[in-house]
Amino acid sequence: MTTPTLIDRFKTGLWYENPGLVQLLGLCPLLAVTSTFVNGLGLGLATLSVLVVSNALVSLTRRWIRREIRIPIYVLIIASLVTCTELIFKAWFPALDRSLGIFIPLIVTNCAIVARAEIFASRNPVGTSIIDGLVMGTGFALLLMAIGAFRELVAMGWLLAILPPGAFFSLALAIAVKNVIDERRRERKGDGLPHRSRLLNR
Amino acid sequence: MADTPVLKSGITLAVIAAICTALVASTYQLTHERIAANEQAWLEQSLQPALSGLFFDSGVSESRVTIPAPHALPGSEDAVIYRVYSGDTPVAALFVVSARDGYAGAIRLLIGVDIDGVVTGVHVLSHRETPGLGDRIESTKSDWVKQFDGRSLTDPQASGWKIRRDGGEFDQLTGASVTPRAIIKAIRETLGYFDANRAAVFAAPPDGQDETSE
Repeated sequence: MTTPTLIDRFKTGLWYENPGLVQLLGLCPLLAVTSTFVNGLGLGLATLSVLVVSNALVSLTRRWIRREIRIPIYVLIIASLVTCTELIFKAWFPALDRSLGIFIPLIVTNCAIVARAEIFASRNPVGTSIIDGLVMGTGFALLLMAIGAFRELVAMGWLLAILPPGAFFSLALAIAVKNVIDERRRERKGDGLPHRSRLLNR
Repeated sequence: MADTPVLKSGITLAVIAAICTALVASTYQLTHERIAANEQAWLEQSLQPALSGLFFDSGVSESRVTIPAPHALPGSEDAVIYRVYSGDTPVAALFVVSARDGYAGAIRLLIGVDIDGVVTGVHVLSHRETPGLGDRIESTKSDWVKQFDGRSLTDPQASGWKIRRDGGEFDQLTGASVTPRAIIKAIRETLGYFDANRAAVFAAPPDGQDETSE
């Protein structure tokens, strides 16, 4: 198994294994908050910071954590980090906090974070875990911003985009566009792209 | 030796729980003053819309009275009243109440009423109405709430405190009639409460000043 380079990792997080587009994790905040670009940006940054720190802490403590109690420990770590993030938002970004409302505390339920703790941080050293958190968090944040911007723009002419169904349509559209692009590139290059199955089993 | 791993796990959990608690506690220490200041600023800012055109002294937020539920005002949560004075003369009261029967949960409203019982302004503090339909009750999205300015219990009469579709005098919102009905009802109930309890509203000691006077 070769060590992936930094660029490979970024490609993985932003594209091949994007938490929202491919792993379809954290859909609840993704669908609920992306009614505007700013909301997407705010929740994206909050999720990103929680993910980076939780990956770091899980990786740091991985030697002492017995398998049987790992889930309660992830829950403890993530819940505390989210509470801290919420306090920080309330103190320094009150307007953003008001517009995101309950979805900041609900980052706790974003399975993308627990998934990265379990799949990656509990098995890798601190440095790579932090990079993984950064990359995955950025992938998620960019998707939130893209869908937020798209819905905000489309809603000017088509009201449905801002309503809850619009979130589903937008996400479906984003996934479809990604698949089309992957398909095209695969055709052009022959089978040059890594397959999903291979990436996930790594 | 089956209990040793259990004990170890327990200790690990306890240690990590303690660390996490310390983390949250120190973040709270670091932020709570800022958060309190932010909330105060937001409150004063959100009281502004209901104070337009009034001459008053500053420090409205210090005249706060919390009316614990249950009370005769709309809403099942605690209601809050801010008294507005010019010198010693009461000029208006601001009510923070909830319209219970919105389309999606309670709508928190700020209703300003001047001393004569005339609405000085209505402002929606929080709601979960449908974006694009019911959310036009927000003053940033439409002028709908402006139509209550200058109205009172006698303007219109009780039968007119309804949306047009129900035979009243107030505009509805296209595609949303539950939301306007709830708000109109809450405003009318608040005006009724003020009319019946005017003296008591201004006589109550502010929060924090316990039952020393009266």
